[in-house]
Amino acid sequence: MSEDGVLCGTFFMNGDVACAEGAISAGCRFFAGYPITPATEVAERMSERLPHVGGIYIQMEDELASMNVILGASWAGMKAMTATSGPGFTLMMENLGLGVMLETPCVLVNIQRAGPSTGLPTLPAHADMMQARWGSHGSYEIIALVPSSPQEIFDLTVMAFNLSEVYRVPVLVMADEAVGHMSEKVVIPSISPEELSNRRRPSVAPEQYLPYKADGDLVPPMAIAGEGYRFHVTGLTHDEKGYPVMTAEAQDKLVRRLVDKIRLNRKDIIKYDEVDVEDAEVVVCAYGITARVARLAVQQARDSGIRAGLLQLITVWPFAEERIRELAQQVKAFVVPELNYGQIVLEVERCAAGRATTLLVPHMGGSVHTPETILKAIKEVVQ
Amino acid sequence: MTNTVTVEQNIMDEFLRLDRMPHIWCAGCGIGPAVGCFIKAIHRDSLDPDKIAVVSGIGCAGRAAGYLRLDSFHTTHGRALPFATGLKLGKPELNVVVFSGDGDLVSIGGNHLIHTARRNMDMTVICINNFNYGMTGGQLGPTTPVDARSTTSPYGNFENPFNIPYIVAASGATYVARWTVLHARQLERSIAEAMVKPGFSFIEVISPCPALYGRMNKQPQGLDTMHSYQERSIVRDGADPRDLAITIDGPIVVGKFVDIERPTYWEQYEQLLDRIGGKENQ
Repeated sequence: MSEDGVLCGTFFMNGDVACAEGAISAGCRFFAGYPITPATEVAERMSERLPHVGGIYIQMEDELASMNVILGASWAGMKAMTATSGPGFTLMMENLGLGVMLETPCVLVNIQRAGPSTGLPTLPAHADMMQARWGSHGSYEIIALVPSSPQEIFDLTVMAFNLSEVYRVPVLVMADEAVGHMSEKVVIPSISPEELSNRRRPSVAPEQYLPYKADGDLVPPMAIAGEGYRFHVTGLTHDEKGYPVMTAEAQDKLVRRLVDKIRLNRKDIIKYDEVDVEDAEVVVCAYGITARVARLAVQQARDSGIRAGLLQLITVWPFAEERIRELAQQVKAFVVPELNYGQIVLEVERCAAGRATTLLVPHMGGSVHTPETILKAIKEVVQ
Repeated sequence: MTNTVTVEQNIMDEFLRLDRMPHIWCAGCGIGPAVGCFIKAIHRDSLDPDKIAVVSGIGCAGRAAGYLRLDSFHTTHGRALPFATGLKLGKPELNVVVFSGDGDLVSIGGNHLIHTARRNMDMTVICINNFNYGMTGGQLGPTTPVDARSTTSPYGNFENPFNIPYIVAASGATYVARWTVLHARQLERSIAEAMVKPGFSFIEVISPCPALYGRMNKQPQGLDTMHSYQERSIVRDGADPRDLAITIDGPIVVGKFVDIERPTYWEQYEQLLDRIGGKENQ
């Protein structure tokens, strides 16, 4: 452990704990949450650790409040996070939208379990992948990252904070119960301050400051409360001053910028990992815990002479559509195993646009795919 | 030759976003006068406006944040209190004020209200109570008196309304007062007291809504309602919060009901840090 209480070294920890440590390494000093399986261990770890690193843990009355209180903390200058699972994620959608509209950096972790409703609280699924994209009302873009191991949830939580600060948008870490509750080796590097991103602050005097006037990158500099800027922000459609304007023109200008600041920067945002795709005739497109199962299935397919590859999505939103389009020219088929009844497969299908076939391998959650199930699908599509 | 008359600057000007005038409030509405009392209270306390943050939810009263030239946050319906909690904990030197309405704070935000009071979060809440949902056109709310008409209780309300000071006092607020907007000086003094008092301070402001609640309940002009406040109000400092229920035409007990000391959330958090050898945020 370093002098300031941030961990550094090699540890054996579960995904939820690694997520909490990733947040602390990223500079998060404010956590609010409401207990929910299987995300509770993130809150427990934060409640233990934050008082020792100059941070604040607060347990809120519900997830509506949890999401909102981190927005307030962010406007006070903190890096802030909350963690939840399906039912709580649904409650957070209201104020996720406020976070998008006010352009508030923060991180929301969803350790997914199976639904609908209370579903299977202690068992994994990727049930909320589309909710992550479309769950709050209105047109917007969001960033969502999906880890497949405790190490990845650590790394991606750090990345989530950096992206949220750069693009002034809430960033979602869409893990699952299997990743949250498995314990593995996690290497926590010493992260220098230069490796951490911080929101750009206004460089002009308060009287010249326009809270929503963006520069070329479409992301406006952000003032924080109590520094004399005396700014106004609102969830209503607003102009560069932050004042409400109820016209179609103001709506068009604002929504385009909110969406385009993510869409036009997607090349810098999107991350994925590839195994054996160069000569692949079939590519398994998977994410989260499923990507680890798929890795074995792809290897087994190679062993039996099938030119199979793996595309592991790390950034799920914005979607890696250019890469899928390219691969669709090369491969015969995409196999998409998901811990739901078909969500991300719709995106793969859209991007493949008929140039390659797409086969969903659904699993409703409660456990994970076996490699054999995915291997069987690979064999089916190459026949 | 034109005569130039120099008017002394209104103290309101420094605190209002004059480029946003005119405001949206109806003639005879009580929200504007309550905003005036708030500004005078800041002035009375000689508070640094750069260190005041105002948070509002949704509704007519929720628009107050947008007219105040302070760091101001217009959030989602009912969620002003958790947002304000985040601001306060993130920057404890801020003087945080929540300015919103009864529907926002007591109905959709009711859960946040009792919990923020329970934690004794250091902030001041100014709650405009006009007994209905004004912004959406005068619907029944949790404060609408029995027998009062609204656009969704056209035959008269039969639901028991909340006695707001009783709820917040029972939940742990350390300062609780109620005034009507007719009691401008008392209201200003109460807000000034609340803003410098540590802990959760709550001020209910009984306010006319002539365009909706008043029109439907035989008080079509703001002045009618002000006259009724004059007749019905009884000043009773220290009154038992259990005795503060409001009926459609009965007495309105006003005054300062609670003014006690209890450690704030932040003070208790600092005690925790001391006890475990923790570290305060720099």
